[in-house]
Amino acid sequence: MTIFALATAPGRAAIAVIRVSGPAAGETVRRLTGRDLPAARQAVLRRLRDSRTGDVIDQSLVLWFPAPATVTGEDVAEFHVHGGRAVVQGVLDALASVPGVRPAEPGEFTRRAVLNGKMDLVEAEAVADLVAADTSRQRHQALDQLQGLHSALYDGWRQRLVNAMARLEAVIDFPDEELPAGLLDDNRAAVTFLEEEVRAHLDDGRRGERLREGLSVVILGAPNVGKSSLLNALAGSDAAIVSAEEGTTRDTIEVTMDIAGFAVSLVDTAGLREVPQGVEGEGIRRALKRAETADLTLLVADASHWEETWPRIESHGDGNALVVASKADLACPPPGMPGLSVKTGEGIDRLIEAMAQHFRLAWRGAVLSPSRTRHRAALLQVADALARYRNLEAGDVTLAAEDLRLATTALGRLIGRVEVEDLLDVIFSEFCIGK
Amino acid sequence: MFHVKQRFDPPERHHYIPGMAQTFVHDVIVIGGGHAGTEAAAAAARCGAATLLVTLRRSTIGAMSCNPAIGGLGKGHLVREIDALDGVMGLAIDRSGIQFRLLNASKGPAVRGPRAQADRSLYAQAVRELLEKQQELDILEGEASDLAINQAGEIAGIRLADGRLCRGRAVILTTGTFLRGMIHIGNERWPAGRIDDDSAVALATTLERYRFSLGRLKTGTPPRVDGRTIDRAALEVQPGDDPPQPFSWLTGTITVPQVPCHVTATTKATHDVIRANLDRAPVYSGRIDGTGPRYCPSIEDKVVRFGDRESHRIFLEPEGLQTETVYPNGISTSLPRDVQEDFIATIPGLAKARILRHGYAIEYDYVDPRQLDHTLQTRRIPGLFLAGQINGTTGYEEAAGQGLVAGINAARCAAGLPGVRFDRAEAYLGVMIDDLVTRGTAEPYRMFTSRAEYRLVLRADNADLRLTAKGREAGCVGETRWRVFLRRRQEVGAAMTRACALRASPDEARAAGFDVNRDGRRRNLFDLAASASGDDRRLLALWPEIASWPDHAMEQVRVAGRYRGYLGRMEADIAAFRRDEALDLPPGLDYACIGGLSAEMRETMSAARPTTLGQAARLPGVTPAALQALLRHVRRDAA
Repeated sequence: MTIFALATAPGRAAIAVIRVSGPAAGETVRRLTGRDLPAARQAVLRRLRDSRTGDVIDQSLVLWFPAPATVTGEDVAEFHVHGGRAVVQGVLDALASVPGVRPAEPGEFTRRAVLNGKMDLVEAEAVADLVAADTSRQRHQALDQLQGLHSALYDGWRQRLVNAMARLEAVIDFPDEELPAGLLDDNRAAVTFLEEEVRAHLDDGRRGERLREGLSVVILGAPNVGKSSLLNALAGSDAAIVSAEEGTTRDTIEVTMDIAGFAVSLVDTAGLREVPQGVEGEGIRRALKRAETADLTLLVADASHWEETWPRIESHGDGNALVVASKADLACPPPGMPGLSVKTGEGIDRLIEAMAQHFRLAWRGAVLSPSRTRHRAALLQVADALARYRNLEAGDVTLAAEDLRLATTALGRLIGRVEVEDLLDVIFSEFCIGK
Repeated sequence: MFHVKQRFDPPERHHYIPGMAQTFVHDVIVIGGGHAGTEAAAAAARCGAATLLVTLRRSTIGAMSCNPAIGGLGKGHLVREIDALDGVMGLAIDRSGIQFRLLNASKGPAVRGPRAQADRSLYAQAVRELLEKQQELDILEGEASDLAINQAGEIAGIRLADGRLCRGRAVILTTGTFLRGMIHIGNERWPAGRIDDDSAVALATTLERYRFSLGRLKTGTPPRVDGRTIDRAALEVQPGDDPPQPFSWLTGTITVPQVPCHVTATTKATHDVIRANLDRAPVYSGRIDGTGPRYCPSIEDKVVRFGDRESHRIFLEPEGLQTETVYPNGISTSLPRDVQEDFIATIPGLAKARILRHGYAIEYDYVDPRQLDHTLQTRRIPGLFLAGQINGTTGYEEAAGQGLVAGINAARCAAGLPGVRFDRAEAYLGVMIDDLVTRGTAEPYRMFTSRAEYRLVLRADNADLRLTAKGREAGCVGETRWRVFLRRRQEVGAAMTRACALRASPDEARAAGFDVNRDGRRRNLFDLAASASGDDRRLLALWPEIASWPDHAMEQVRVAGRYRGYLGRMEADIAAFRRDEALDLPPGLDYACIGGLSAEMRETMSAARPTTLGQAARLPGVTPAALQALLRHVRRDAA
């Protein structure tokens, strides 16, 4: 079947792009334009008609991409039409009337690209992320993944694993051959090095996944220091683009915003005070728990009641926290403490810049981090198997080989598969085997 | 000449057709008396099928046309499996082996490979004797030239070159390298199936007529030298194991006298001679276009591909106790005769060696094995089975293993019984056949342990525990074998049960010399046998009763201890594998109408016609996404 879909966001826009993929893509162009196919990969201006009624729908740019060098690996056509709802609907209806053509299911273009070997799984996931990316940082991450940086990294590891396996299998399967001396020593070094790399990639405090899921910023402070006002002020600031509704939990209010390209979830919490029991106590426990796992904590104390409100939060100050002296319009903050007033707007931009600076520092060079739990789980299996390999090598080569196989399978699940033939290719090209 | 030995020809047993004096009806007809053919014929006969073995020359039955050795890594595993199914090969090598070695003895039980040098003539003699003792088996000298096919397109028998017809319900072709075989030595070449045997052209034409797709492969042998002209004084000696361990559970001890092998190596001078004459090697002058195996390269290949190596090892393998012929393993070649003589003289110990027969390369046709199912039956002609080198494999053991499986299945096919197949998780036989019928092969296929995903389970030490009961059910395991097996299984079972019950505290274990932590945990025999300090002396000190356990049972306990953890994970993998294998794909599945399959996937699957989802997954290039599409389609159809 040939599929089509609106490739740009629905709703009114200057231009809408409708993409068609499949064997009948060329036919849709012929039918809608009433003319022969244009030259491949060249934009031409054509009048589009509904072939059933002959009605003109729009004047449109038409592009024709013959298989296989296309995004899906199939014949692809694109119609760049004016973005009004009626025009778009008209083209979609006209397409649906062509035999063998139907609307695409969600993700179907990507699936066809995967099936035709245009993308691997990791890249396909990146497409999903790219489409869902809200902020520029998330988009960068997805783009890196789509451009195959992750795949290239994982594939490089896989190749090294295959090489290590090949050396070990050569030792096992060809005991009578003269293999180079020190093969197992080389292997131990290679595997140790690889394990360290995988662990370093994993040991990033889930930076990639957090970036993808959105960073959490928790506002912590004693009651009535102005936490909610701060949240509203930040949310209302021009510098922060608020995109989401209130949180759902009873005792925390959550707002999602974009700060310097980072997707951020700002969380207001119950005021901290000495109420160990009851519902409020539970709220406080949750607040503290949120603060523990937060990417950044904003510690708010009242500049006009500094002595009472600061001690409540003082112990939570660390590298992951910014201090805010609120109500700076009522009293001067203590020396060194950045004052902020939601009434006058003083210090809000400064706080946003401080947060941005904090994120930029923390996520410096964080491009290549595992971006999904699935990736992390597979990579963890790889690292663990490699660690066992080192433990075992002295004992039983077969078990060491088994661990390499497990590691390779885990990586293979991430990006593709490993074939026994890959292994034999390495063995026979690297060593002179055979009597 | 056409000849039937009288004692194999009681007419009343043979559905003798009156008036058709020399026409016989058998259940199973096997063409070829090599390792695949003999094993196939014996297996079919053991299953109770009236079987006829047709061979060009009776005297070449069981001949080893390449190196005089059986077993090795992967290959030794196959021999043990053949033995577990009551086959011929293990018994024959035990009666003819002149040097036994367990390879990889230090590398863990799963990859230990038994191997033996054979006395060539004793081996062939043992095979002949075993076949002659086999009931239900007739042997006929003659050249099979054509297949007889009935109107339904099924096999009906074979036609001999002299025009006679042998009728049979199932036919197994095991023609080795004989299909349009062509021997090369330098610029000389002539058609032959083996150095002194004619090639089989008629059968190749027949297969083409039935539109089998054929390919071309090559293999080679080294020059044989006269042992009396070898100076062994300066050479490294490679002794066998003492005592030699037999292959077969039916062999008590090895009684053939044992001899050592010697090891020498090529020199820089050898390589110079070869380099200077490369243009006269048929592989390099373009006269050979068949694909050779990467793991058995000719010496000229080694010199070209690994130019930085100054020397390659050569094993001087005696061909027997009564012969002076020595097989220099490692220098197979098709260089011209004079070059072979020149380079042999540059090898230490061989300076004065006389060549008895020059090395040669042989090119031959093979049938793309993807045209077979897992019972080795062709899809094109029901009742026709192929086994051995004709399927693109190399090696006696690979051939024999296929012969055995084809023999069992041909017998069952003739009796109207369903086929028996072995899967990748129960036997190297299963790995090999699945590889062949699923992926085909572009070079002569040889078994390696790295081909087996479930290597820890598929060991040489447990081949019988994996397979004998299944073989008994399939009908190929005889009474004697079954009794020996039952006893062994009982002893292993008893040892395993007892091993769970024997426990020692850390103090007790330490007193016996074990290096264990004082963690208060009582360890059982498996735990302690698996520990680094777990040698038998210490185990005995702890539990004296072990002394009365048979060695073979104790070995299973030790392996189970050592692979604990890994075996558990592997069992889970095997369960997942079997789930996929249990998902049958309908034979007539139309891949063109499965949504979400790329054109390339459709083509791959339509050509291969996988029978299960698991098999589809092992086709080259098949992606997880394509499998999901396939699964969805099949599930929907089934619903």
